[in-house]
Amino acid sequence: MEVAKVTDVTRVYKVGEVETHALNGVSLSIEAGEFTALVGPSGSGKTTLLQLLGCLDQPTSGKVFINGKDVTQLNRNQRADLRKGAIGFVFQFFALIPTLTAYENIEMPLLLLGKKPSERRQRVMELLDAVGMAERAHHRPDQLSGGEQQRVAVARALAPHPLMILADEPTANLDTDNGRQVMQIMQKLNQETKTTFIFATHDPRVIQYAQRVVTLRDGKIVDDGNGK
Amino acid sequence: MINYFRLAYRNLGRNRRRSALSALALGLGVALLLLMAGFFEGEMRSAMESSLRLQSGHLQVRPVGYEEDKLSLAWEDLIENPEQVAAQIATLEAVADAAPRLMASGILTVRDEAVGVQVLGVDPASASNAPYREGLLSGSFLEADDREGILIGRPLAEALGLSAGSKVNLLVNTSDGLVNEQAFVVRGVYSTATPTLDKLVVLMPLAKTQTITGAQNRASIIFVLLKDREQAPVVAQAIQGKNIEVKTWQELNQLLIETENFSNAYLLLLNLIVLGVTATVIVNTLVMAVFERTREVGILAAIGMKGRQIMTLFLAEAGFLALGGIGFGLPIGWALCAYFGKKGFYIGDLGITGMAFGERIYTYLTLEAASSLLITALILTLLASLYPAILAARLEPVEALHGKN
Repeated sequence: MEVAKVTDVTRVYKVGEVETHALNGVSLSIEAGEFTALVGPSGSGKTTLLQLLGCLDQPTSGKVFINGKDVTQLNRNQRADLRKGAIGFVFQFFALIPTLTAYENIEMPLLLLGKKPSERRQRVMELLDAVGMAERAHHRPDQLSGGEQQRVAVARALAPHPLMILADEPTANLDTDNGRQVMQIMQKLNQETKTTFIFATHDPRVIQYAQRVVTLRDGKIVDDGNGK
Repeated sequence: MINYFRLAYRNLGRNRRRSALSALALGLGVALLLLMAGFFEGEMRSAMESSLRLQSGHLQVRPVGYEEDKLSLAWEDLIENPEQVAAQIATLEAVADAAPRLMASGILTVRDEAVGVQVLGVDPASASNAPYREGLLSGSFLEADDREGILIGRPLAEALGLSAGSKVNLLVNTSDGLVNEQAFVVRGVYSTATPTLDKLVVLMPLAKTQTITGAQNRASIIFVLLKDREQAPVVAQAIQGKNIEVKTWQELNQLLIETENFSNAYLLLLNLIVLGVTATVIVNTLVMAVFERTREVGILAAIGMKGRQIMTLFLAEAGFLALGGIGFGLPIGWALCAYFGKKGFYIGDLGITGMAFGERIYTYLTLEAASSLLITALILTLLASLYPAILAARLEPVEALHGKN
């Protein structure tokens, strides 16, 4: 089943009189349960493609479909609603809310979805266990290591049972051990929950985990093949 | 919803000093404005009370067309057989006291000094003289049959170096348009704590005033005090008579009522200015917070928080700051009002004629004034905070995630 598709998408950024083509006629289809890496050098368009798939941005032209729905027709609030239930994010910087504990950070998307307290508690504890952070549930981000924070971010992304999780350079700020742990957790969760993972990276150690590797260069897909 | 408040509360705790200083600014503004509200209310209440007790009473019965500023003694401007009229009015259930008063202008001379005064002829036995009787500082009160005695106010006594027992000359206008002069003895010195009146009013027994002015058995007004002043319009309807009119305290204190309305408008303007400034401090704090937390707003938007929810979050922070400021300012303002309500501010003689301002203002804070100020502070702060809240809500997620605002 196709969870995401982009068709002939371009994204042009205009700064003053200067136009930059971040994506140039990209088409891509993502099937449910994929563990896909978007690779390519800096400026190749990986992050821009992730942002479009994540409904964080709108293409200059072309179509983006999530679960068969054309999201380019959605307004800001409708896209927020879609993100809330269907898309999880893991960012390069450890994007946790600093005033909330690990538990509360994971709980946040569930609060936005209006889940009942008992449901929230059960889901958060389940995810804390899944990422090995149950012991650190009530620590705030500044009391956690980078690897621990990223594990919490993965758990938060998974909290609403999303269709797909988009991870932008998830290991870029981690040392080798922590990077490996995070990738192994993501891989394990992909296999266990069948959640689709798409991650942008240029780290060869990360690429080895991918089932599918999509290579971008200068805003175009230049290769789409198997990773392993 | 409760989780927005939890998040908002914790956000404020990130920079405790900045949050505390913002709330403090609002708190000090609120405390100051509560004191100002108490000051204005106290001033107006005191002026009204003084006027009711000393000048207007709750009702005045007077000849049709009587002009109080002219202090006319022409017989057609006076009430005949005033004691009889007063006695009739006093039989009404709602009336506490009704007494005739005769007013005349005069000049008090001592040695080579002369001062313009208003002679107030009163029935010494009347209960409506209580402010003068209770305010007697030295000497004794007037007797009805006293033919030479007068009472003078403290400012006049001090200005002319007079005391109980001093002799003075008094020149008084008469009903036939001439003047009459006679030597009098100061029986006593009083203070009603209303310098404007105390330096002007010379009390004299009614009978003597009628004699010296040639008014004979006439008076300028019947001064009426009621058990409940709100009954004034009803009682005024009940008093009917040929060639007389009845004025209620509201009609007689029109200037004071208008002044009170003006002072309320002035106070409202002052509130808006001060609260506007303090709200700016809070807005500034929140704008800084939006810039500092741009990436965080991006994260919240990415996980599905809508613009209005982000707005609610920042408004909740503004609400906490406002409530903190109010919580700090309210007890301080209340305590200041309580203190100056007991001790009072000494303002002396404001030199304003036509209104009976006391020499000391005792602050009086009403629940209505306090609650309206606090609600205004909260609403104004929230309204002003809409700007940073909208600023945060309108951030594009993708740009906010990169820290661009």
